[in-house]
Amino acid sequence: MSPASDDRSAFFWFFTGMRGLLSLPALILLISIVGFSAFALESGLTRAEAVFMSFAIWALPAQVILIGTMASGANIAACFLAVTLSSIRMTPMVASVIPEMRTRRTPIWLLLILSHFIAITSWVFAITTLRNVPREYRAIYFAGFGVTLTLTGTLVVAVFYDIVSAFPPAVAGVLFFLTPVYFNASIWASARQPVVRIAFVMGVVLGPTLALITPKFDVLCAGLGGGTIAYLVDRIRRDRLRAGKGGRR
Amino acid sequence: MIAEYWTFIVIVIAGFLATDIWRWLGVFTGNRLDEDSEALYWVRAVATALVMAVTAKLIVFPNGTLAGSPLWLRLGAAGIGFAVFLATGRRVAVGVAVPMALLVAGLWWVGF
Repeated sequence: MSPASDDRSAFFWFFTGMRGLLSLPALILLISIVGFSAFALESGLTRAEAVFMSFAIWALPAQVILIGTMASGANIAACFLAVTLSSIRMTPMVASVIPEMRTRRTPIWLLLILSHFIAITSWVFAITTLRNVPREYRAIYFAGFGVTLTLTGTLVVAVFYDIVSAFPPAVAGVLFFLTPVYFNASIWASARQPVVRIAFVMGVVLGPTLALITPKFDVLCAGLGGGTIAYLVDRIRRDRLRAGKGGRR
Repeated sequence: MIAEYWTFIVIVIAGFLATDIWRWLGVFTGNRLDEDSEALYWVRAVATALVMAVTAKLIVFPNGTLAGSPLWLRLGAAGIGFAVFLATGRRVAVGVAVPMALLVAGLWWVGF
């Protein structure tokens, strides 16, 4: 392939990624961000601080936790601890996408930059659509989606910062429900392997249960514990399947 | 001077760094995993369980206005909606529209 047509394909895949902005998941996230800007305003953040926070963190749970701990008057170390505990989930999320996104030649600095744009919505987008993109264009395709989504989300905070407070509260409540309901459907629909479906059920059951038992570490315990149980159950299932096939032979 | 920018400093240290160190660790870990390795199966399972734990908590323990709505309504809307989604060929639009419609109808019915 000539360099010129290489460039054209790179642009094509970047724009294809950008077009993901018009998809259901992106629209749902942008609506949730409208809810976040209302929360930021009510919690006493200025518009500039809310905008900067959205771009610099780009993970709604971490943003909500940081605002909550800041508002409670906690010092910077306590804020760091609360936020960092909620963000540990980023490691397995990023680690599970990277092997599908890179080629042998993809530079690590590029992956480090792109990792900032991985949050729940773009993680779902990546695990759902990366497999349909030629491997050498997957990083640029993800950049097209991830960077555009983050910039648009940040713009939404800037624009909606003081508009949302005029909405009736019931509307905000209903909008809040969109995010979990969307994750339920899209993550189940995108699961190719049984291990993902078992882990799905484990997370749903353990998340709220452990929240009652260990409120600080619930998500972490549910993820590590539930994920490991799901992996072991699936491994036994695969071993049996293999043994069954061997027996018939 | 510092006081003016203090919130921004807190956001950079307790927000950006506190979150992105885990993303960077994910890059270094993921860069060593093969696409069909046994370790990646486990990492995928942990990532999925984590995200679903966060998701289920949003339904059971929501923030803001929805916190005042009955739990049975939120669980019912999400559960019945998910069952309809499974029964009708697993289309994401169905999986979103049905629970939302049930929630709105239920909130109206209980006079929320």
